Amino acid sequence: MSEMNENDAEDVNELIAFRIAEQDFCFNIMSVREIRGWTPATVIPQAPPYVRGVINLRGAVVPIVDLAARLGLEVPEPNARNVIIITQIDGPIVGLLVDAVSDILSATDKEVQPTPDVAGTGAEFLSGIITREDRMIRLLNLGAILPEKTGAAA
Amino acid sequence: MSKTDELRATFFQESEDLLEQLTDGLDEMSGGEVDPETVNSVFRAVHSIKGGAGAFALDAVVRFAHRFENVLDALRNGELALNGNVLDVMMRSSDHLTVLLEAARDGSGDEEDAAGEPLLAELRALTGEEDDTPAEVDVDFTPMTLALDEFSGPAASELRFSVDFHPNDELYRSGNEAVFLLRELCALGEAEVDCDLSGLPEFDSLDPEQSVLKWHVALQTEASETALREVFEFVEGLCDLTITETAGDGTAELPPLPDLSGQSVTETTASEMEAVDAPAPSAAVNSSAPALSASPAAPDKKVAADSAKAQPVASTIRVDLHRIDRMINLVGELVINQAMLTQAVKRDGISQGSDIDVGLEELRTLTRQIQDSVMAIRAQPVKALFQRMSRIAREAGTDTGKTLRMLTEGASTEIDKTVIEKLADPLTHMIRNAVDHGLENAEDRISVGKSPEGTIRLSAAHLSGRVVIEIADDGAGINREKVRKIAEEKGLIAPDAQLTANDIDNLIFQPGFSTATTLTALSGRGVGMDVVKKSIQSLGGRVSIASDPGKGSTFSIVLPLTLAVLDGMVIEVGGQTVVVPISSIVETMRVPTDQVFQLGKNNAVVRIRGNYVPIVDVGAVMGYRPPVDITGSHVILLVETADGVRAALLIDLIHDQRQVVIKGLEENYGQVPGVAAATILGDGRIALILDPSAIVGSGAGGGAVLSTPIAAE
Repeated sequence: MSEMNENDAEDVNELIAFRIAEQDFCFNIMSVREIRGWTPATVIPQAPPYVRGVINLRGAVVPIVDLAARLGLEVPEPNARNVIIITQIDGPIVGLLVDAVSDILSATDKEVQPTPDVAGTGAEFLSGIITREDRMIRLLNLGAILPEKTGAAA
Repeated sequence: MSKTDELRATFFQESEDLLEQLTDGLDEMSGGEVDPETVNSVFRAVHSIKGGAGAFALDAVVRFAHRFENVLDALRNGELALNGNVLDVMMRSSDHLTVLLEAARDGSGDEEDAAGEPLLAELRALTGEEDDTPAEVDVDFTPMTLALDEFSGPAASELRFSVDFHPNDELYRSGNEAVFLLRELCALGEAEVDCDLSGLPEFDSLDPEQSVLKWHVALQTEASETALREVFEFVEGLCDLTITETAGDGTAELPPLPDLSGQSVTETTASEMEAVDAPAPSAAVNSSAPALSASPAAPDKKVAADSAKAQPVASTIRVDLHRIDRMINLVGELVINQAMLTQAVKRDGISQGSDIDVGLEELRTLTRQIQDSVMAIRAQPVKALFQRMSRIAREAGTDTGKTLRMLTEGASTEIDKTVIEKLADPLTHMIRNAVDHGLENAEDRISVGKSPEGTIRLSAAHLSGRVVIEIADDGAGINREKVRKIAEEKGLIAPDAQLTANDIDNLIFQPGFSTATTLTALSGRGVGMDVVKKSIQSLGGRVSIASDPGKGSTFSIVLPLTLAVLDGMVIEVGGQTVVVPISSIVETMRVPTDQVFQLGKNNAVVRIRGNYVPIVDVGAVMGYRPPVDITGSHVILLVETADGVRAALLIDLIHDQRQVVIKGLEENYGQVPGVAAATILGDGRIALILDPSAIVGSGAGGGAVLSTPIAAE
């Protein structure tokens, strides 16, 4: 079945696009479980600064990563207009706090350009760049963004 | 998991049940009441274990079970009389079988074990078997297919039976096969088998899952009717079976059946018990059997019929634990959701007594009931655990050379499965301690006028939503003078400390404390009671001791019914709502400002009834806010950690005390220092559950935390 899809779509990926601090980002829509509005998170002590805390997602305790903080962008205090994209990759469920979801795109692998080598831009979190209607959309590498599991830190 | 592994796992699971049945039966026998059905059930348990073990080539288990089975067989045939010695050997055999099965399950070797050999010898001695023939599965009824017709003369004790066998649908459904039964029956002698096809419907109306075939077997055999019935032992209640003795080919030679010769004995399958009794009324099993064989048969038959009827219909099902956990989670959600709804309705100003309000109230009751029922699914009786403890007590008794009696009470008390699992280790420790340290030697006991046999009582009971487990011994009690001296020597208490008797008793829970003057294999390695206390506390429980010098000691463990919920105190600190487990809180109070003293630059202590206890600023340790000046508006939670360290947690406010559903943080995030888990409050927000030990350990401002092992209460 997966073979069929690959042939049919010729590596076309569906991507979810969103904005953070006036910049466009996207990642594969298959990692998205749901999108929900901002709810205040419970602060976790000694968490990295980009972890906003944890929220209750129908009984599961889900950490919220503030993408703006993670990417080194300007961090405004979140309000009700902010959006949380709930993602799940290989197990852990993590919510990503973004400004707004803008679009759903299709892009083939060929359309993805490598990230230009600019130091200190959070480029380590990007896996490439896509152009759509004159806008530059940054393709996020989710694996690099999510917090590493804090093991037996205690 | 491969198919074989699955089957293997099922076998070990079932073995556990069978072992329980076995222990039950033996316990019943030791009570003096010997019901043939009890012997049978014990025999069946061992037989089933042997069969299963054979299928997985667990040779050591098979070999041992076989020998054990022979003894039980002799017992039920009346060849062996039940006495104290037999019972003792059987008890130990049952213990050993458990050990063998555990070893086989954990893969720790299937070789012959040293402990088994003497037991095997004892078992052999009981049945009077000299040789150690290698055991095979199913050697019970060795087929002797001689052409007996031609030697009808010498085969004096040969009998003729007419067997009508009609399997029910259930027989096939439970995985039995009629042909194997018939084959086994035929192996008993010369048989003529006719299949009755009269029940066979037209092909169109044939239901392939319906049992329509009947068999009639004419059997000429040396075996007794009991042996015949044994063939059908495992399909009891799953078939219509009629065994009739047709022609008495010299039945007079069979002494127990003099007046039955010629007369046909027709019985339905259920009365297996009679079948066991009648042809061989055993003096051993029931000495009054011959005289009473007619009268007790009627009630016995009824009991047997009942049990036979109940047998095929399983009263329990096996459910994957994960499914139940999922259900518990969902019900937890329901509870939270219902609480949120109630809050929303209240906020919107809907008047009390309105339809919505009444409906919500009903919803609340229903949700609670559902929660309780779901929790009850996870609950299991502590019986299996108690049986294991009895075994450990017996082993410990043998190892220390003390004779003891183990009594258990309330074995049907139910606790959450996870709690039971985690109780095994601490209980083992406590039982061993009770035998090793609690009970005195026989000579010492006699010298103080006690019975030389020590008694250990293990009991469980529900008490106001919690479970109380008590381990009581009738030994010497705690030698307080000795305990105090040791504690002083080890620096656990100050030499001039004012301690009540109870305080001294509780010293044995201190880390590194051990009263044993000599190290024994059982206990006394100095890791005893503090480890027990720690593991009980990790279950959200508490352990305490009451000792009466000369009369014995009683350890009480108080546990929550489940690990899925926790009794917590909902507090506020630095603007955050957090939960502190009640089990760790000793007391709460407003800050007595005149009793607070600065110690060093960043640390403070509070004097509580003469003892100085370090103050830990929870808000600062958790990073919610910078350290604050301690004022009278703050609240202190005096907590005691698993290590017996006391500290005063400084918080802002106490909200509430309630049961909270525990949610793990590890799944999606990871461990957080100072935090044990999380929970969801009525408003749907997450609150962290503090881990007082970690918070106290991390200390205020990183400074050393004073250890105050004992504070007078």
